[in-house]
Amino acid sequence: MGSSKRVTEHPAIWFQASACSGCVVAVLNGVAPTVRDLVVDQLAPGHHVSLRFQPTVMASAGEAALDILAATEEAKEGYILVVDGALPTAAGGLFGRVAKKGGHSTMHARALELADKSAVVVALGTCAAYGGMHAAAPNPTGCVSASQALAEAGIEKPVINVPGCPPHPDWFTGTVAQALLFGLPGPTEIDAVGRYKRFYGSLLHDLCPRRGDFEAHKFASTIGEPGCLYELGCKGPWTHADCPEREFNGGTNWCVRAGSPCHGCVEPFFPDVSSPIYQKIGLSSLPRIARDEKTGELTAVARPKPAEEG
Amino acid sequence: MSAKQTISVDPITRIEGHLKVEVVTDGGVVKEARCSGQLFRGFELMLLDRDPRDAALLSQRVCGVCPVAHATASALCLDAAFGVDDKVPHNGRVMRNLIFGANYLQSHILHFYHLAALDYVDVAAAADYQGPDDALSSMRDFIARGELAPFMPRYEGDYRLPKKANQQAASHYVKALEVRRVAHELCAIFGGKMPHQVGIVVGGCTETPTADKIAAFLSKLEVVRRFIDNIYIPDVLAVAGAYGDYFEIGAGVNRWMSYGGLALESEEKDLLKRKQFFPPGRVDGTLKLSEVDVGKIAEHVRHSWYDDATSGRPPAEADTVPAPEKESGYSWLKAPRYDGQPHEVGPLARTLVAYAAGDAAVRAQVDAVLGQLKASPTALFSVLGRHAARALEAKRVAEVMSAWAMELRPGEPVCEWREPPESGAGMGITEAPRGALGHWAEVKDYKLTRYQLVVPTTWNASPQDDEGQPGPIEQALIGTQIRDAENPFEIVRIVRSFDPCLACSVHMLTPKGREISRCRVL
Repeated sequence: MGSSKRVTEHPAIWFQASACSGCVVAVLNGVAPTVRDLVVDQLAPGHHVSLRFQPTVMASAGEAALDILAATEEAKEGYILVVDGALPTAAGGLFGRVAKKGGHSTMHARALELADKSAVVVALGTCAAYGGMHAAAPNPTGCVSASQALAEAGIEKPVINVPGCPPHPDWFTGTVAQALLFGLPGPTEIDAVGRYKRFYGSLLHDLCPRRGDFEAHKFASTIGEPGCLYELGCKGPWTHADCPEREFNGGTNWCVRAGSPCHGCVEPFFPDVSSPIYQKIGLSSLPRIARDEKTGELTAVARPKPAEEG
Repeated sequence: MSAKQTISVDPITRIEGHLKVEVVTDGGVVKEARCSGQLFRGFELMLLDRDPRDAALLSQRVCGVCPVAHATASALCLDAAFGVDDKVPHNGRVMRNLIFGANYLQSHILHFYHLAALDYVDVAAAADYQGPDDALSSMRDFIARGELAPFMPRYEGDYRLPKKANQQAASHYVKALEVRRVAHELCAIFGGKMPHQVGIVVGGCTETPTADKIAAFLSKLEVVRRFIDNIYIPDVLAVAGAYGDYFEIGAGVNRWMSYGGLALESEEKDLLKRKQFFPPGRVDGTLKLSEVDVGKIAEHVRHSWYDDATSGRPPAEADTVPAPEKESGYSWLKAPRYDGQPHEVGPLARTLVAYAAGDAAVRAQVDAVLGQLKASPTALFSVLGRHAARALEAKRVAEVMSAWAMELRPGEPVCEWREPPESGAGMGITEAPRGALGHWAEVKDYKLTRYQLVVPTTWNASPQDDEGQPGPIEQALIGTQIRDAENPFEIVRIVRSFDPCLACSVHMLTPKGREISRCRVL
């Protein structure tokens, strides 16, 4: 790996909008690959991600940081744009201000400019993918997802959603690895809400080690009891992710194993569609996410109500 | 040279969130400084009308670097509102501390190595490294490929460590990536996952302690503890040795406050009287200790982008209206003041409060380091003082946690879980890694009707108050000599020594109706 020859540099810009930095920290928690593999070493032989702009880790600040952002933007090398966070649109976008070379802009306007010149957009985390926590009702800053902002501006770019609050690091690095080694996932590999099926293709409920308890009607009635967490509000029956198999923090643990009901953090309309989190959902009133094929607009057909059936 | 000059650093990188800092110098000396929070999110509003139990899970999403602090403050607040603030089971209290303590370790290591160190360490020293260290070999190959982002560009000039020390620190930067990851695995053992853990809930915790989890926790804790003792603290001292003048820079407002945190008992309902690992208190520049009365806190907004009519109110009665184009405003942060005075919060504040309160362990530890550096306690009122206080605190937390893990009692209850009360109110105050943190909640008709946070960075990065007094970071910048306006190391070193976390610090409370959300996917 010591050779400097024949290494393809893949420039990347990580744009932080209305976010909490949880997605950055999640990526730092990757075990295989690690963040060192991702940024310092070659993710795979011959492929290096050149992280030109990432405000949480980059050495430069102020003008110098804006210079490299502008240079990457103008070089038209086909950079990967990672959008981290939702985009505030209320009050002309003024709830989210960002510096721009030679002046100021808004997160919403800058995200559109950067996306327009990018090769591909990775909407990292539920906020960038669907609005997430930052668009939670009553959405005081008018936050929208990356794909909604792009659609409204008429910008046509491939967008891959990597939701999760925050996502498992493998979901991000695995998506990047797929793109670098074999190209973007094809249309049949992506689900109706823009996610790579490799990670989001199964119902969490179907993978859950407590599924046996569910079938046997062994339900925990309070926090701290063994058994299926369905009665305590588990959203596993309508959540699509491989958390039970993959587990978090290097396989240390995950929500249900730790005795906490799944709260459906990878789904559109999280957290509104999941609230109240600790209240049982009725299996016949599971929310259905509908998608308009023409406009791409998503709607939550039904929100989970307090269950009236078992 | 007596010309006035404006230096603007926007964005300030290697912090959490969106911050702009602007200073005006005269003859190179900072005369005015402005800290400007650039993002407004309205988190508190988003919690209204929800099941109060959801607050601990959702409010932590204000910050992905210190979510456990918010989950803890929220749970304490809900414990009171649900009437279980003296009923959290032993296991629930201990696991909360273990999850929280582990995140202290993660946060402090991340801050020193990955947020602050590049201001002091020249990683380019790895360019011609020959030897067995695989991290340095990685860095060398990285440099040889010629694509130097995100380590270049950077401010140039003032890197003072000898080459060998630079190489060692560059290797430790990589090693620290692994160790902070292990610290998050520690959090996940009892918290389910990190960031945004799921273990801390009203009434206690969700996990059940078992011997194998305790053994796993002790094993990973030992990895982190060894790193703190053998690498982190020596590295902070090495930086202190080469940058000694930073013990004289960046003092700030010379008033510090801690709410106290990491509960050692569950029975006392008054959090300021509860026995805690971090004691509550305030100190001034003479190290005189005084008490904390939360009733003396008010938030000013004259220089914030909020309606002036709402200025000067206590957090529990805040009613904030954004005014994004207000002329006198320059930040989304409000300016919290205690008895009208700005206060610094964070590891230095906790250390000084414990020192002034006569905590024997803190005194012994701090005096030993000051002796080594031949400095008096007032040298701590500085950039390097903050780094030293943070590192020493990490050591104390790591040590006490191995004893706490042994206090867990497998088979005993973990949580006093309750349905939401018809009405109630609570205050949850604790110490986040970055300092004093408070959550306030009110419940009516089984739902949250009021939620308010006052967070550490709102204290530290606050703009001027209604009287025109600068906030702690602004004050720390004023009077500083900037040697090279093109490479203003002093500004970023001072700002980063506070470990600002902007995501947490901007929020509001305005009662309004909820709307159905919509979004669009391509």
